[in-house]
Amino acid sequence: MTIDGKTKGNNRKMTCITCPTGCQLEVRGGADGELEITGFQCRRGEEYARNEVLNPKRVLTTTVKVRNGVLPLLPVRTAKAIPKGLLERSMDTLADLEIQAPVRTGDVILANLLDTGIDVIASRDMEKVSNVG
Amino acid sequence: MTKTRQTDVAIIGGGPAGLAAAIAARKAGAKHVTILERSHELGGILQQCIHNGFGLHRFQEELTGPEYAYRFIPEVQKDPGIELYLNTMVLDLSSQQEITAIHPDFGLVKLQARATVLAMGCRERTRGALSIPGTRPAGVFTAGTAQRFVNIDGYMPGKKVVILGSGDIGLIMARRFTLEGAKVEAVVEIMPYPAGLARNIAQCLEDFDIPLYLSSTVTTIHGKDRVEGVTISQVDDKWQPIPGTGRYISCDTLLLSVGLIPENELSQAANIPLDAKTGGAIVDENRETLIPGIFACGNVLHVHDLVDYVSEEAEIAGEAATRYALSKADADAKANERDKGRKAQQVVIKPGENVRYVLPQRLTPGAEADLFLRVTQPMEAITLYLDGVMLARKRQVRPSEMLKIRLRPNHWENLRQNRGDLDGKEISLTAALQPTQPTRLEPETVRGARP
Repeated sequence: MTIDGKTKGNNRKMTCITCPTGCQLEVRGGADGELEITGFQCRRGEEYARNEVLNPKRVLTTTVKVRNGVLPLLPVRTAKAIPKGLLERSMDTLADLEIQAPVRTGDVILANLLDTGIDVIASRDMEKVSNVG
Repeated sequence: MTKTRQTDVAIIGGGPAGLAAAIAARKAGAKHVTILERSHELGGILQQCIHNGFGLHRFQEELTGPEYAYRFIPEVQKDPGIELYLNTMVLDLSSQQEITAIHPDFGLVKLQARATVLAMGCRERTRGALSIPGTRPAGVFTAGTAQRFVNIDGYMPGKKVVILGSGDIGLIMARRFTLEGAKVEAVVEIMPYPAGLARNIAQCLEDFDIPLYLSSTVTTIHGKDRVEGVTISQVDDKWQPIPGTGRYISCDTLLLSVGLIPENELSQAANIPLDAKTGGAIVDENRETLIPGIFACGNVLHVHDLVDYVSEEAEIAGEAATRYALSKADADAKANERDKGRKAQQVVIKPGENVRYVLPQRLTPGAEADLFLRVTQPMEAITLYLDGVMLARKRQVRPSEMLKIRLRPNHWENLRQNRGDLDGKEISLTAALQPTQPTRLEPETVRGARP
């Protein structure tokens, strides 16, 4: 009754997450260590399958606290995909962060997240709240 | 007495549809465009969709919701020809395009538009629409409401979560809750296949080992003051719970991701005829409703799965609304006659076999336009026919993925050969199951074929 897309072992089936088409990919590990990849409709699908087996990565999107902003939270993301295994630790790191408004889209919120060499950047502008009274 | 303001093109809603419509209207030559937006800022629902995956078609980039919105917002803000009414709730729209709204500074506002673009978006289906048995405790939220609490307001609605419905927002929230430290116990879907995109099943559920129960539903909500658990049961092929299959899952929160409903109260106030299948207005290739001069685009017209197509549709509507507004500059009886003739000439397209809906529902004969459609159930391979004329073949189609087909001059030629004069006729779009051709297919596909 449940869906389990992960087949353990050398042969793996997976859904490509690169675009909304969601191609069903299959990766077979050859004896010589070469990967045989089928089911993709574009180059990026093939690359996704290879990375998914060798070093799966995801873009992390979350929020951080903002001081003096018009809203209490700022949406942020990693500038590039980070290793999947680092998602939880990245969330812990960002949970402690509090930044000052104003912020502009693309501003670096945290440089070199967990020594990945990848920055965490702002996903939107956040104006400073105007002091009333 | 409130003075009535004038505008070339009024746009109701400042989300992705309204933003793209406004920019397109200005490019098409509208001198004065007015956006009426009920929130304190532009961007609509994109502002709370902080995940990435937007804009791949349009910008060849994976943007977050706010980033996608910011591709449009600055252009709208700095354009002196676009007047922005934020924190403004539109209360009424008449078929003569008089708009009544409440503005925090101006009070009651009356706006007379030459053309109007409806871009109000949609809202979520709630528990009341589902009739789930059980108690009435706190802790039952629609997925989008939970998304707003978590991403904008900074509150976690609960720690142990069950999600009913496998729509994209529910899947996105399963991942979001997990990342924020909550435990998502299950996603429960009444249909035998997921409602959301395959990529979201992969990156939101499989990545975090969240189980998805298909052909199942929540049959009881437990708890007095707060949700304490839910009972989920399997359903038969008529979606009825199968006795004896009930299973209790302890949780403090139930999220509902069970569908979106275009928000058309204003359209109804203006007597705009709606399509029962899409929940939005009946429109032609210009996204003009059956009331001349009133156009619709985005999720108020039909629920899209990709914002890229919302922007595209809004540009069609914004541009056409401007053409209408400028041609109506000398509004007179002749223009009304022209409108009537134009509408009478259009071909009506009905969804046929295996097709849930098709949009636009009306076409001017000869129009080169994209048809958007959804199928009724997942199918391996289909051939799409418009009144017997073959349009396209598609593989691996699902109701959750909107299909897009370009209608070309040769299609119209073939239609005319079959039917002669098309003016005012009704034709249907059908999806015929394609017979598999074993010689041309990969071995795996043949295995799946029926004998």
